[in-house]
Amino acid sequence: MRKELIAAILLIGLVLGVALAPVIGRRLVRTDVIEIHARTPENGGWSTMNLEAKVGEPLHLRLTSDDVVHGFALGQTNEPMLEILPGEFVETSLTFDRPGTYTFYCTRWCGVNHWRMRGTIQVSGPEGTPEKSAAPLYVRLGLDLDVAHPEFEAPGLRPSVSRGRALGIEIPEQFAAPAYLREHSPLDLFGELKGLPLGEQLTDQQVWDLVALAWAATVTPQELADGRELYAENCAACHGESGKGDGVMADNLAPDGSDSGMDDHSLPTALAGSPPDDSFGHSITAPSDFTDYQMMLAHNSAALQGKILRGGMGTGMPYWGSIFTEEQTWELVGVLWGFVMEE
Amino acid sequence: MNRLALTSTPWIKNLLTSRWPQFIVRTITLAGFLLTILAGLFGSRVGSHNFAIIFVWIAWWSLLKLVFIPAGGRSWCSICPIPMPGEWLQNGGLLGPGGRPLGLGKRWPRKLNNTWLQSAVFLGMGIFSAVILTQPRISGWALLGLFIAAITLSLVFERRSFCRYLCPIGGFTGLYAQLSPVEIRAVDPVVCAGHTEKTCYTGSAQGYGCPWGNFPAALSQDSNCGLCMECLRTCPHDNLAFNLRPYGSEISAKTPLKLDETFLALVMLGSALVYTAVYMGSWGWLKNAAYHVGTLPWLAYALAFLAITLVVVPGLFFGAVWLGKKMSAAREPLKKLAGLYGSGLLPLGMATWVAFTVSFAFAKISYILPVLSDPFGWGWDLFGTASTNLSLVDLWLSPIAQVGVLAGGLLWSSRLVMRLARDRRQALPVLAFALAHAAGMMWLLVG
Repeated sequence: MRKELIAAILLIGLVLGVALAPVIGRRLVRTDVIEIHARTPENGGWSTMNLEAKVGEPLHLRLTSDDVVHGFALGQTNEPMLEILPGEFVETSLTFDRPGTYTFYCTRWCGVNHWRMRGTIQVSGPEGTPEKSAAPLYVRLGLDLDVAHPEFEAPGLRPSVSRGRALGIEIPEQFAAPAYLREHSPLDLFGELKGLPLGEQLTDQQVWDLVALAWAATVTPQELADGRELYAENCAACHGESGKGDGVMADNLAPDGSDSGMDDHSLPTALAGSPPDDSFGHSITAPSDFTDYQMMLAHNSAALQGKILRGGMGTGMPYWGSIFTEEQTWELVGVLWGFVMEE
Repeated sequence: MNRLALTSTPWIKNLLTSRWPQFIVRTITLAGFLLTILAGLFGSRVGSHNFAIIFVWIAWWSLLKLVFIPAGGRSWCSICPIPMPGEWLQNGGLLGPGGRPLGLGKRWPRKLNNTWLQSAVFLGMGIFSAVILTQPRISGWALLGLFIAAITLSLVFERRSFCRYLCPIGGFTGLYAQLSPVEIRAVDPVVCAGHTEKTCYTGSAQGYGCPWGNFPAALSQDSNCGLCMECLRTCPHDNLAFNLRPYGSEISAKTPLKLDETFLALVMLGSALVYTAVYMGSWGWLKNAAYHVGTLPWLAYALAFLAITLVVVPGLFFGAVWLGKKMSAAREPLKKLAGLYGSGLLPLGMATWVAFTVSFAFAKISYILPVLSDPFGWGWDLFGTASTNLSLVDLWLSPIAQVGVLAGGLLWSSRLVMRLARDRRQALPVLAFALAHAAGMMWLLVG
């Protein structure tokens, strides 16, 4: 009986030890660290989507992925992006100097609903007040981002900056002003130039080349380089490297047998055929083709920026207003023009 | 007789018959098993960082296929934790007779006294294998299910009914144990004949009656001997020995496989082909189909898996046996011939599973040390090995080893089939079947 007792104690001790290990281990974890698990949106997204912090007090985060590679970044800040590998843990501390609502998001294309992986950090505190940003340009201009535009005769060749420059014609000052170029479309400027005496002497293609020349001044080479980097990281998966709407995720977004849904040349809210849904019960549509002259040249920069800020409203195109800074959105607009105008 | 009685060495005999070493090892494996279930259910969802996936499907499976079965037949069964709590409850004690037994002690239904259920459970788990092997939660639930089933069956039926008739691992382990180099056998049958109490079956104050339901005094096959050593403890005449023997020496024309065992052997061959295609092949669509349980592609995969293992491979084998029978005008019934050649194919079956296991064991061995330090994948580093990336074997060795093992298995089976065949012409179609299987495996593994 004594042997049985010893054996029972040994057995119970080992079994209890094993059973208690996870409980004890969990308790040893730092309590001031918030553990966040990243999962594809179909599997739940971020395990914690709403965080709170105080101005000046570090927010310690411990991040891990439960499935594929994800990324973590904080919108509209210069915080470096973190890579979150499956099963690995990465820690970061964020300190905020201003109250407000900050958006954190996944930076890796983890799936068709990748863009849904967003959460907010509500930062409160006495120091400073939330920064109030001005209303975006499209709001101030009262633009309807979803309005359809009439068809027009598109240029035969891609409007070219170099060909425009070779004409040796100076664009009238009022049409070269940055404000004008943001608030008007290339089609508007084409019409204006055609109405001038010089326009009568030029072919339509030459006028389009002059339009391209004017638009080239809206973005610096550095801004364009930064914009291309942003585009590659955030847009190319759907819209494609070439802007044709043929990114690696595009097949998952297009309704079977449909085109990109751009027939009415509005920005991509219009749908063609029965839209698929995105596993969340929301309809999605194929990504816009930025090389489509009819769609692009009738819009102005303010509308393009507005679309980036606001998103596609029912198309699957995410809103980027809480992620990109205003400068970044203009850099991206510069990249988009590059798809219909060449150097 | 070409046998070396290990129990004639006193310290080996003491080690095998003493209850403490076995109890301690069983307790450790039980603790490890519970840790596995807990890690599976509560640990990281990432398989490569979870003890449940790495320890069960990489470490344990590799040990079972590469060490336990080839070197010791059912030796794993003697320390397997799954039936332990049930058996302890059934016995009413941990260290031998004397306690108050618990349970109904019913006899296992005679109609189920075969390996059909084991084949069914193995195949059932097989069609869900892609998620069981990769998703810790599902792995945890599956292992917990087996654990509960084992305990429940112990409380309802006598002896180790779960191990003998239901355990999906036990079926093929028993088959390949017939090739193993160890056995427990009576030393002198005359002594057994004169022993009226038959304590090796009924039990005594020194030990339990054979937990596997064998009559050890008349044991001639290893397929249902769990090497628990109870019979060594209960024999008052010291007339049972634990022997080393030549590999495959148990296979003979006198002991053909029964129909259920033949089918299990063929199910194992077919399963190995499907698993190799799914897990080692380069067909992404096939992996996706196997993984997405409940979808139409998965249903097609499950049906194909069952068709290959239950119809195609057995059909080809029985066709080969039938052809051989026709070619030689043999008088034995087809069932008997199939059992005969089925036993001849056991070395190829074992080699097939060894080769399959080598394909991932070499590559995944580096995951073992990290999960030892961090079993739940919560970022612990208990033993300082969480970040190690130890690779013991060069990966280039893997295909060479696989081809070598398969070729060895084919050669061994071929010799065995030729030896078992009464007429060499009769064996030719079966040899062609074996060659086709080995070639198929080689193509899938290294082709």
